[in-house]
Amino acid sequence: MTSAPAAVPALEMRGVTKHFGATVALEAVDFILRPGDVHALLGENGAGKSTLVKILSGALRADRGEMRLDGRPYHPADPLHGRRSGVSMIYQELNLAPHLTVEENVVLGTEVHAGGFLKRQDVRKRIKDTLDFLHHPEIALDSPVRRLSVGARQIVEICRAIMDKARILVMDEPTSSLTREDTERLFEVIGKLKTEGVSIIYISHFLEEVREVADAYTVLRDGRNVGSGRMAGTTLDEIIQLMVGRTIADLFPRLEHKRGKVALSLNSLKGRRMAGPVDFELHRGEIFGLAGLIGSGRTETLRTIFGLDAREDGLVEIEGIKALKVKPWHMISLGAGLLSEDRQGEGLALSRSLTDNITLSRLRPYRKFGFLSLRKRSQAARQWMGELKIKAQGSGQAVANLSGGNQQKAALARLLHQDADVLLLDEPTRGIDVLSKAQIYEWMSRLAGRGKGILFVSSYFPELLGVCDRIAVFFRGQVVDVRPAAAWSDESMMAAATTGRA
Amino acid sequence: MRRRAKLQTVVNLLAPFLGLILVLVLFSSMPDVQSRFLRVANLKSVATQSVIVALGALGMTLVIIGGGIDLSAASNIALSSVITAYGINAGLPPLLAVLLGILTGGVVGFVNGALITRLRLVPFIITMGMMGIARGVAKWIANNQKIDAPLTWVNELMAKSPHPPWLILAPGVWLMIVLAAATAVLLRYTVFGRHVFAIGSNEAAARLCGVRTNRAKIIFYTLAGLFCGLSGVMEFSRLTVGDPTVAVGLELDIIAAVVIGGGSLSGGEGSILGSMIGVFIMAFLRNGCTMMGWPNYIQEIIIGVIIVAAVSLDQVRHRRPT
Repeated sequence: MTSAPAAVPALEMRGVTKHFGATVALEAVDFILRPGDVHALLGENGAGKSTLVKILSGALRADRGEMRLDGRPYHPADPLHGRRSGVSMIYQELNLAPHLTVEENVVLGTEVHAGGFLKRQDVRKRIKDTLDFLHHPEIALDSPVRRLSVGARQIVEICRAIMDKARILVMDEPTSSLTREDTERLFEVIGKLKTEGVSIIYISHFLEEVREVADAYTVLRDGRNVGSGRMAGTTLDEIIQLMVGRTIADLFPRLEHKRGKVALSLNSLKGRRMAGPVDFELHRGEIFGLAGLIGSGRTETLRTIFGLDAREDGLVEIEGIKALKVKPWHMISLGAGLLSEDRQGEGLALSRSLTDNITLSRLRPYRKFGFLSLRKRSQAARQWMGELKIKAQGSGQAVANLSGGNQQKAALARLLHQDADVLLLDEPTRGIDVLSKAQIYEWMSRLAGRGKGILFVSSYFPELLGVCDRIAVFFRGQVVDVRPAAAWSDESMMAAATTGRA
Repeated sequence: MRRRAKLQTVVNLLAPFLGLILVLVLFSSMPDVQSRFLRVANLKSVATQSVIVALGALGMTLVIIGGGIDLSAASNIALSSVITAYGINAGLPPLLAVLLGILTGGVVGFVNGALITRLRLVPFIITMGMMGIARGVAKWIANNQKIDAPLTWVNELMAKSPHPPWLILAPGVWLMIVLAAATAVLLRYTVFGRHVFAIGSNEAAARLCGVRTNRAKIIFYTLAGLFCGLSGVMEFSRLTVGDPTVAVGLELDIIAAVVIGGGSLSGGEGSILGSMIGVFIMAFLRNGCTMMGWPNYIQEIIIGVIIVAAVSLDQVRHRRPT
């Protein structure tokens, strides 16, 4: 595989163009992937990244342009054809059948059989070997995939790709739901794949990670290739500038805000799914970060505060008022609002309109004799859409059709419309584009300036350091330490989150 | 961890039997009926009564594991029974009439599958439409009456005392057992069976992996239709007439059997063994209640409770490990 002359790219896309009706998704995009490279494909949501990789995989067909794999023309008819040609996709939404076992998932669609009856012996050996090669021998072949962690599921997908003899692996946001530890292990796997001559297209919004793992980059903006190059010698600022088309003066805009009296206090709060009791206070006009690895108890703490999980012990007070009932409607009436980490699953009613989603948690102002004033309601929704710069055709558009960033802004708009005083934000910037992120940071800061208290859960340390006033680090369900943000660093937070020692 | 996993498997394996055992123990301990309930004659009669629902449940298990549903099953059974009677009445050789009945069921199933995959509508809607269509066609063909047909060997299929006595059970019961075993093998040991599970579990993933999802769906809906066709033949055999108004609402019994047996209406889960146990739980309940002299409505209430209880137990079983 190293015998191929360096001049022949593993993948060459030339002048790839795709229009959807009047919308230009891709316009004459060139994309060159060298063998054994990890090539980062960057751009805001809607820039055309997924259209490009869908064309590569065979899920979509380009209007114009040509593709070559190892110098040979390549025109996939469908994803299966793409897969057989050596192009495998590892999607953001994992493409596994949860009820089937590891083995069944790996061989799905390529089962070895005699007259329709399955033959399993040799295949099992090969899967075992591949998992060993990936340094994940602990994954049991007969375990149903739904019992595996997200990280392990990803390894199963990679295992499937390798057994397909994939030459090009497309990874779409592979680390967005991984712990730091699993991310490191994934990077090891990527390193191993490179040594085998596999080329990887790596799509991610985590730019620090991209710098760590990628050899080359290509930035798309508005369906065009606005810059490609080697990662070495390029700064992140340059890349961000390419992505947004202008310099973001400050990724973490900080508006003046002053810490006021206590807005939320937890006294030995212990929820059904929380490992230990948690104590802390959140003040008005404060952004308080909860850092830690995935599964360290931050989400569970938010859910217990908000009454989504049963409370076993302890006390929650908002503005000095004890929350007596462990129910979301009660917490909302006390002035709390939650933004769920699972935007599509529970954060939004995807098939409903922006108006419905934004106003759902506070319909009282539009109620007259039990009837809703629809006009006033959509007026209010439009106002918040304007404030948050939500891009949509109108307030009646279904949330499902919006980009991730706009969906997240709609979820935030609901809390603003609700006029919550204590905002519980769980991974509010996960999987959204840089510009939307910056806007959400700015709003958090603005809200703090208006005297709101904000709990901010994130697995992405740089944003916590950039946005928060104080940060608590969680480890196995317990708060390790609370310090002002200035007293933490990336390293000290990682140390506290992985060892439990401050 | 390992031991727990093993325990889990044992529990999962036993759980469906528990319900059946419970029902058996319950009735055989009732002083009024214990002497008659577990008698061979009664067991034979329960087995024979179960054939029609059981055959329908075999196909329904495939469909439900594949993430679908077939509401037209009972109408399809009625239609097939009418067609069989019509054929025999028209002087066709009985075997041909039987094949025609089975084929009718297959055609209905094929149309279900084809419409679901072509129109990309949810199976609930398509098969609900087909429920009306098949029932209507059955009434039309039968001229809104029962079709009488001369007695032939077909009517022996469901005889409680089969003709060569060494058979012990009615030929229909044997057929049910053989087909249940064959379907279980199909699900567990063939590529097709695995694809059915994959489609029900995550259809998009299955398609991406190169599974021909539409083809597989058409096949399992057609198989389900063929099973209904055979079930219709058994219905005719039992009644000796082709009755277009027979088996109204039976699709819910069939679905209930699959669900009691661990089938998940969101797909990806279910087993033939479970569904057959579901069929027998309901059959023994009916039988026991009748023996007790309990009115029909008591049976309905009990079966309703059983469905809810079985499914909630199933939920608990699945939630525990996470």
